[in-house]
Amino acid sequence: MDATILGLLLLDALQNGVVYGLLALALVLVFAVTRVILVPIGELLMFAPLSLVWLQGGKLPGTLWLALALGLLWALLSRGRGSLWPLGLGALLFLLALLGLKLPLLAYPAAVLLVVYLGLATYRVFFQPMREATVLAYLIMAVGLHVAYQGLGLVFFGPEQYRPAPLLSGEVTVGLSWQGVLVLLFALSAVVALYLFFRFSLFGKALLAAAENRLGARLLGIRPEEAGMVAFAIASFLAAVSGLLLAPLINAAYFMGFMLGLKGFVAAILGGLSSYPVAFLGALLVGLFESFTSFYASAYKEALVFLLLVPALFFQSLKARAVEE
Amino acid sequence: MRYLWFSLLLLPLLLSPFPFYLTLLNFFAIAALVALSLYVLTGLGGMTSFAQAAFMGMGAYATALLTVKGGYSPWLGLLLGLGLALVLALVLGGLTVRLKGHFLPLSTIAWQVALYILAGNLVGLTGGHTGLTDLPPLVLFGLPLDSAFRYAFLSLFLLALLVLALHNLRESRLGRALLALRGDALAAASFGVDPAALRLKAFLLSGFLAGLAGFLYAHFLRFVNPTPFSLEASIKYLVMAVAGGVGAIPGVLLGAALFTGLEDWLKDLLPLLLGRQGNYETIAYGLILAAILILAPRGLWPLLARYLPRREGRLPREAPLSERPLLGGEGQVVLEAQGLRKAFGGLLAVNGVSLGLRRGEILALIGPNGAGKTTVFNLITGAIPPDAGEVRLLGRPITGLPPHRIHPLGLARTFQHPHLFPELSVLENAALGTYARTRAGFLQVLLGLHRKEEARALATAYRALKRVGLESLALEKAERLPAGQQRLLEIARALASGASVLLLDEPGAGLRAGEKRELAHLLKSLAREGYSILIVDHDMDLIMGLADRVVVMNYGEKIAEGTPKEVQKNPLVRAAYLGEVA
Repeated sequence: MDATILGLLLLDALQNGVVYGLLALALVLVFAVTRVILVPIGELLMFAPLSLVWLQGGKLPGTLWLALALGLLWALLSRGRGSLWPLGLGALLFLLALLGLKLPLLAYPAAVLLVVYLGLATYRVFFQPMREATVLAYLIMAVGLHVAYQGLGLVFFGPEQYRPAPLLSGEVTVGLSWQGVLVLLFALSAVVALYLFFRFSLFGKALLAAAENRLGARLLGIRPEEAGMVAFAIASFLAAVSGLLLAPLINAAYFMGFMLGLKGFVAAILGGLSSYPVAFLGALLVGLFESFTSFYASAYKEALVFLLLVPALFFQSLKARAVEE
Repeated sequence: MRYLWFSLLLLPLLLSPFPFYLTLLNFFAIAALVALSLYVLTGLGGMTSFAQAAFMGMGAYATALLTVKGGYSPWLGLLLGLGLALVLALVLGGLTVRLKGHFLPLSTIAWQVALYILAGNLVGLTGGHTGLTDLPPLVLFGLPLDSAFRYAFLSLFLLALLVLALHNLRESRLGRALLALRGDALAAASFGVDPAALRLKAFLLSGFLAGLAGFLYAHFLRFVNPTPFSLEASIKYLVMAVAGGVGAIPGVLLGAALFTGLEDWLKDLLPLLLGRQGNYETIAYGLILAAILILAPRGLWPLLARYLPRREGRLPREAPLSERPLLGGEGQVVLEAQGLRKAFGGLLAVNGVSLGLRRGEILALIGPNGAGKTTVFNLITGAIPPDAGEVRLLGRPITGLPPHRIHPLGLARTFQHPHLFPELSVLENAALGTYARTRAGFLQVLLGLHRKEEARALATAYRALKRVGLESLALEKAERLPAGQQRLLEIARALASGASVLLLDEPGAGLRAGEKRELAHLLKSLAREGYSILIVDHDMDLIMGLADRVVVMNYGEKIAEGTPKEVQKNPLVRAAYLGEVA
């Protein structure tokens, strides 16, 4: 291996690693606030670029109808004034999608809004009614939604792979495209924004409080349902934008989100599903590991990544006491 | 009655004119085995796995490789397959059973995906996605099982056998312990259940069952490829078990039956509806799962079981387990704590507390709310390790040992907020106390060789219930007891364990005046017999009339110790309770 190849591998590792990192941050956030392990985050990620391709091709994507249908259920479940949110947002989404058909630039915000709306509706319709369920029940629900959404992805978009046009074309140097720079910039700004949000805004602090102690937060007037909504909104936003930026580099197909999401999980588990910085660093490590295994044993790279779980779990197992109150 | 399960073997005869249904019958039996593996894991153990199909794959590929490539006997393949499934379970479980509940299922997802990729890519070994063909049929008593009709007898026989074995497991100390662990790990550990070890064993059993199902699958189709061992398949089995009702054996069988039929129907119907070929049934599975989890979280079986005649439980009539002698000599200090210290972050909850409990004594630990009494309890029983200090039980240091190691040495506790198992009967709740006094392991239990010991354990529990006056409620579910009686049940559970040192955390709370008198009477007679009792309570009348000595705590420190009369006069104590200037 010479320096050029090493450089290419490192760049590749960084570019994938930051996306896993964003997913890991989203997963840790959602888990901390709602106890939901958001397995379908990979599907949310893939829905964004696929919907974009559909809108730019002049068709309304099936995900739009899915999102609107769930939004309707959301409105029905909320009733009264609470239903203004889903109805209003749904109308906005529909309008934006229609405009996106004509104006290709508007298709981007339409795709993002679509995924965020879908994420919110998913939380409201599927997870909130099982309030006070065990982590295990939430996880089973999440996995069920993963297979359902992945199956629906196949129905909506077919088995083909698509490559949307990059926002920025051309290469900075060999191996690093401007689109890749965009991915890195987005990851950086997202991390900084999240940090500022949680560190300095009252709402961010309230969210952390709800994650720390649900009952205590409720007593101080923070509604866990609201906190859950915000966590899902942030997570789906991160997934949607990552998906849009990444798709021109790696293609998009209905089945591809799951592996990306799983690698986010591996990173999140490296951080014990609780530490944001360790999860993000873990994600960079996953990217690095994957990049080098793909060089040496490309057929098995997807399988080898999961080996990273062994030392991580072993280490945490040493720290753990088997009895929790 | 239980042997009625073998009437499943009549099904192939009834269905013999319909070859298609005979095939489905075999698929049902295999799916039911996997669903049973999830009953052990999820229904009893409160864990779950998204890798049951990978365990099946171990069983299937092992036998395929040995028979097709090596020409060995399928029975050798069975051994290897079960061995591999156990090794996989040991690795996955060993890494995760000590962690919080969600790490195991997440790791199973990852490993399931990894193994599936390996099965597809190690073409030289597994034949890749084309798989391995021409597995030999199983031969039993010289008869080749090469038709769905013949095969169904084997698969259904194994199914019935395992249903009986798992029924035995449920009605045993291990089944009780698993259910307890699922509900409340601390309470289970306080009665000698080693949480990590028991979870690991349940996971091994579950992997074993799924591996067996994989073996049956391989020799039924006589062809293996990676598809039936994918994550989607694992999820399908979980959906079956959860939809049918993962908490009961008939529930998981119901789920397996429904979905085996449904799958076939969906595979025909959905491509027609959508006008395209594809694995669309996963959408239905996901949505069915979501609907079940929201509308009937415990599955379909409990909804049906309501209309079935309830089987009456039976009170035990056998002789109880032999008595455990009460520990210690007359007047000896049986439990001693010295200089206990515990800080939670910046809060010093317990600071340098020492106390000694003599044999046959009732020692009360009192103090205002937040004084650190319950923390002292948790430090002594091993629920939390102390930062400093030492605890000795009959002269043996037990500092920092986990609860399940301390309990068998002769110490049992009750909890401030009762830690009971609402879905179990009062009798079974009390019987958890006998866990550390009974021995039957997984193998004995599955084979049904534990029944005599089990009956004696239940009799011991029943005697303990009589002691506290709950015997008339023995067969009720524990959730139906009012708060006061729940505390009595906790005392009965402690008595059933035969421990001679009892730590009671607020046993009088929620009792009416008359019940309190009875409680005091019970505790006094226990002490006379030689039980040593450390008690925390707020009720001054109860404590002052009951305790031989009193230790008073305030702000994490011991401020007084002596007879009830002495501490009542102590100015520090009066200041702590009444706010008088000392």
